[in-house]
Amino acid sequence: MRSIESDLLSPSSEFWAGFRATIPLVIGAIPFGIIFGALSVTSGISPAGTMGLSMFVFAGSAQFIAAGLFASGTANAIIVLTTFVVNLRHALYSTTLGPSMRHLSQRWLLPLGFWLTDETFVVTAQRFARPGDAPNRHWFFLGSAVFMYVNWQVCTLIGVLAGQAIPDPLSWGLDFAMSVTFIGMVVPMVTNRPILISVLIAGATALAANGMPNKLGLLLAALLGVAAGVLAESTIETTVEEKAVQA
Amino acid sequence: MTGREIALILGMFLVTFGVRYPVLAFASRVELPALVRRSLKYIPAAVLSAIIVPAVLIPDGVYLNASLNNSYLVAGLAAVAISWRTKNLLLTILLGMAIFLGLRLFL
Repeated sequence: MRSIESDLLSPSSEFWAGFRATIPLVIGAIPFGIIFGALSVTSGISPAGTMGLSMFVFAGSAQFIAAGLFASGTANAIIVLTTFVVNLRHALYSTTLGPSMRHLSQRWLLPLGFWLTDETFVVTAQRFARPGDAPNRHWFFLGSAVFMYVNWQVCTLIGVLAGQAIPDPLSWGLDFAMSVTFIGMVVPMVTNRPILISVLIAGATALAANGMPNKLGLLLAALLGVAAGVLAESTIETTVEEKAVQA
Repeated sequence: MTGREIALILGMFLVTFGVRYPVLAFASRVELPALVRRSLKYIPAAVLSAIIVPAVLIPDGVYLNASLNNSYLVAGLAAVAISWRTKNLLLTILLGMAIFLGLRLFL
């Protein structure tokens, strides 16, 4: 009896379980949100526009990149195209979670789709992978997503107010905040040789193509970096297979 | 809020939601090709690196500065080392910014 009860969690206990599982990731997102708010207003985006990005786009790294590109005078079309490329990874998350959610109505799928972030994906995918009959587990997704969303709005607002309070933030080097944040995100991602190769090729290409108009060098660098990673992965796989055949 | 900002928010909303929602709603009917799935994995790290490297090596946006008096480069390399050792985002941001501001004050 007990094991069946613990599997069939109520909507509210699933919701709070999602909330609790997201606490460490929310702590990580706090400095990120504050720095985004401060950086965005110092990039020349108005406080209302900065809040609008957090409320309607709700995509941390894309928002950071948009602020950086906005500051360097990049056209909207290029910023939107870059956002699309940066957010393509979410398609991977959606294909992972989608099959477990096919019974849900649009009333659920629309907001959960909007609220899908890296953090909520990580905890929700772990929850969905647990065995057992859990018909209310979309409430877990909701608990995680709402927590991330509310936290992101509050932190952006704190950052906006802080950014306005600091006179001439660029002379303090607040622009370095974005670089150091991205470094802290990328380095832990480099867990194997294909990703290392991808990162090096992307960085070198971006450096060489820095003079290209409209930040097109960024997209070229991303494209070559991804191609290098995929190529390295299949080359390494082929080598391993050949060795296995020889052995 | 300017008209340009509204257009930017609308455009970014459309492409972000346009990636997240349809695949989630129709994933049971659509199977992404293996090459696409494989490529998607490399996008975040490649895009972020393509932003970081010019930002620290060409801090003024025009001239390459690969010398030790470039605080962006020195603090950036320190941040790579900190992140590699600790894998801690918050610590990397705080120490990286402290090193950067220290270099700016004393150099």
